[in-house]
Amino acid sequence: MPPLIEVRDLRFRYEDGTQALKGVNFRLDPGESVALLGPNGSGKTTFVMHLNGLLSGEGSIQVCGMTVESRNLPAIRRKIGLVFQDAESQLFMPTVLEDVAFGPLNLGISQQQAVDHATTALETVGMAAAASRAPYHLSAGEKRKVAIAGILAMDPEILVLDEPTTSLDPPAQRSLAELLASLPQAKILVTHDIPFVQSLCKRAAFFQDGIIAAEGFVEEIVSRFGWGLGLERSKSRI
Amino acid sequence: MHHVVLEHWSRGSSPLHRRDPRAKFGALLVFLVVLATAHRSLPLLSVALMALLAGVLVWGRIPLLGALARATVVLPFTLVFAGVCWAAGDPARGLALLLKSYLSALAVLTVVSTTPLPLLLRGLETAGVPRFLLMVAQFLYRYLFVISEEAQHMRVAARSRGGATRDLATQPARFRAAAGALAVLFARSYARAGGIHRAMLARGFLGHFRALGSLDFRGSDAAFLVTASLAPILVRAVIERMA
Repeated sequence: MPPLIEVRDLRFRYEDGTQALKGVNFRLDPGESVALLGPNGSGKTTFVMHLNGLLSGEGSIQVCGMTVESRNLPAIRRKIGLVFQDAESQLFMPTVLEDVAFGPLNLGISQQQAVDHATTALETVGMAAAASRAPYHLSAGEKRKVAIAGILAMDPEILVLDEPTTSLDPPAQRSLAELLASLPQAKILVTHDIPFVQSLCKRAAFFQDGIIAAEGFVEEIVSRFGWGLGLERSKSRI
Repeated sequence: MHHVVLEHWSRGSSPLHRRDPRAKFGALLVFLVVLATAHRSLPLLSVALMALLAGVLVWGRIPLLGALARATVVLPFTLVFAGVCWAAGDPARGLALLLKSYLSALAVLTVVSTTPLPLLLRGLETAGVPRFLLMVAQFLYRYLFVISEEAQHMRVAARSRGGATRDLATQPARFRAAAGALAVLFARSYARAGGIHRAMLARGFLGHFRALGSLDFRGSDAAFLVTASLAPILVRAVIERMA
């Protein structure tokens, strides 16, 4: 089966000269959920922003059989739903329904179809009752769910979530994990939250200094890089 | 947050909210022309037009005092020019400048606070305003909120660390700190605005805002346009005849 995403030798340098990616190779198969782990500044977010063409570096990226280049971007952005770390940035329309319908409307479908897509997506994430509310009045967990609904409404094949559990309390994290587990799309999770990763992914890629330093089963990667050390174990080492 | 007040008002459900934006634009245009071209008995005319606008705001279920207070946002700009006129020995012109600018702002505020932004922009688009200009307006509107949010976050952060915003003029160190904070505010807002733009692109934004809701110019909108256009004309005619 052909991969949903295939990245070869991806390199990227920011305008300030920082070499963020130094030759990344990556593959995502249909139905798979992969965690991207690694320290802050290791290139994870920069990497996922290349997948739908928000950033453009050297190397080759194929998404659903299409090369990531300007002429394919509308189709690719329909295939990949990117949920940003800062949900506030993603919610900019006056009401939740309008915000969730923003993506479907950009796909060129009718207003009624966009409302139907948005309503279904809000029901999927359990936020249908908030349709007429202003996004800035929602809690952090609710904002995250609405941001995910905004992506689901576009019916993507791949979900990319950047730090999805940031600023969520434990019940909201569990609720989000259950929601994501129920979604059929392939997923890429960028996170430091190991229990969250363990509940959703089998495979992990570990970013370090702009490259994928290791790939494998989550437990193996977590153990190899000491990434699962909790505060208690860390204290015992002091 | 303060910035959501106008947004909240615009989502009301009064008869004025239900009017087609194009009918409101037409009435607003007539009001502004009537006001801008008025010379005789301007103070009395201003009071009458203010009463007219106040009635419209009450009809639109907009908090009157809040709207009157927000319209004063233009005064710092016009006060400068009014002061120049006063100093040049023409206080009547200065007063006219103040009255006209305030009433104009209040009239615009009346339309903006009773029309959701997406419909407002769509109404302008169908009225022939260039799409690019409207896109700039939409971004400006959104990013003003971004700057406002960032400023509020920084203010809270400064206060929590013992910073204060009072007596800046008498405390040069604090004034310098505030100036530095202003630079940081714009840098942070720029970064945040970039994040919003990326989020829009990620959801298929191709440079044209599509929003829910459609425009439908009905008989009641035409009636509103005629009535709301005639009202300031009649008020001015009556007052000028009395003078």
